[in-house]
Amino acid sequence: MIITKQKDVAEIRQMVAPYKKVLILGCGICTTFCSTGGPDEVQKLAKDLTAEREDLIVKKGVVPRQCSEKVMDCLDEKAGDYEAIVSMACGNGVQVVARRFPDKRVIPALDTQFIGVEKEPGIWTEMCVACGDCVLGRTAGICPVTRCAKGLLNGPCGGAQEGKCEVSKDIPCAWQEIYHGLKRLGLLDYLKDGVQIKDQRLHPGRMVGEASKPLEGLARWKDYYPFVLADW
Amino acid sequence: MSYRQALESGKFLVTAEIGPGKGTDLSVLLADAAVLRDRVDAINITDMQSSVMRMSSLPVCHLLTDMGIDPILQVTCRDRNRLALQADLLGAWALGIRNVLSLTGDHPVLGDHPRATPVFDLDSVSLLQVIGTLNGGHDMSGNELKGATDLLPGAVVNPGADTEAALDLQIMKMEKKIEAGARFFQTQAIYDLDLFEKFMKRVEGLGTKVLGGVILLKSAGMARFMNKNVAGVFVPEHLIKEMTETKDKVKTCVDIAAGLVKGMKDLCQGVHVMAIGLEKRVPMVLDEAGL
Repeated sequence: MIITKQKDVAEIRQMVAPYKKVLILGCGICTTFCSTGGPDEVQKLAKDLTAEREDLIVKKGVVPRQCSEKVMDCLDEKAGDYEAIVSMACGNGVQVVARRFPDKRVIPALDTQFIGVEKEPGIWTEMCVACGDCVLGRTAGICPVTRCAKGLLNGPCGGAQEGKCEVSKDIPCAWQEIYHGLKRLGLLDYLKDGVQIKDQRLHPGRMVGEASKPLEGLARWKDYYPFVLADW
Repeated sequence: MSYRQALESGKFLVTAEIGPGKGTDLSVLLADAAVLRDRVDAINITDMQSSVMRMSSLPVCHLLTDMGIDPILQVTCRDRNRLALQADLLGAWALGIRNVLSLTGDHPVLGDHPRATPVFDLDSVSLLQVIGTLNGGHDMSGNELKGATDLLPGAVVNPGADTEAALDLQIMKMEKKIEAGARFFQTQAIYDLDLFEKFMKRVEGLGTKVLGGVILLKSAGMARFMNKNVAGVFVPEHLIKEMTETKDKVKTCVDIAAGLVKGMKDLCQGVHVMAIGLEKRVPMVLDEAGL
């Protein structure tokens, strides 16, 4: 999941300041599940923005996902005369909205943090940097590229103290975790693999593959996400 | 005798280490180097130790060669990608630098520019391999070099890793470093010779040269600070007590260091003395240790 965090309301207000009619648009996948861009957060942001702006006309909605141009089709009529769209999606969503509506100002309400998971309630941690060449099969399912602060591939640095990373006593040394995992699996020999070097993924990330599955109508989405287009 | 010749001669090796300061004034550093010149086989120049921005290692190493000192260029992977590392190694060779110590490097967050980009495109192991590649007349992409290097690659190991996992991993990584071309190892500071002996027993079969690390103790406070903050360094309580109770801090500092150096003579192939500002005491330490 893409983990996001809402920007300061003051910053969003400043970006919204020049406009009178804005559409606040949530996203039904990642940001809904990490409570930064679902229906509740859309409502809350609408309140926050209108609290100091009586003249501001706000429309609210949540689409199944913003990272799909096909899904954006459902916005054509709704977005109509709104001057700006405040996107409560990750950076993917914001850019898809911007491309779909080139004549509207698109305002990001969130800061995209990383690809991660909820480790404990409310504690989100980064698990994958999308390096493009997964090594998890040889590291007991613990990613050294992401979870070692230096992304080391050939074993740990000498900086860990009491099993914790040199950058923070709250972070376990990923390599010691990998060691314990491989030991449990009887696979410690994997650590003796030859010298590993990670090549930088080419810029920009681009993959040629199967086309995405056709969208089977919003009705189906609505079954999964009853709040879709909640305000409409 | 160059450091390489000393290493190959089988003599007990003595290296020291100096860290460049912040700024362009090199007077203290060069004076310290002059004090060490005739007593050591080589002097390491650190590469922004602790991730604190300072003058870079390469030009300082070059200045040492002008003084007739054989420097060991410390190279970390923290700040430069594979292009810059290779370019600097070629430049180092052209400037008369013959020895390189490959390190991963501390993370930038530990230093005084904590939001700097951590690079780590290569690491201490792959950098060793790259040194071998350049020595073989090619770059990492296989392009031929017009004029190769012949650098002597070295590495570090931390015998004081504080958990079983950490120590096993240190030794596995040490083996990898040897396979990748490391010809000698300098260790983190050692204060417990019994523990170090156990470590050396584990690695003696690897057949490499190990230079035991010695850090001169300035005070009891410094010892406690290192125990708390420096991974793999553990100053035992009896040494802290000696530093606290002494009336002559300089003498006790020298005695402790000399005792460690003496003890290492039978355990490993050399010592690496890190004086951290007390360089002028190093000759006293070596005299007392009989080196």
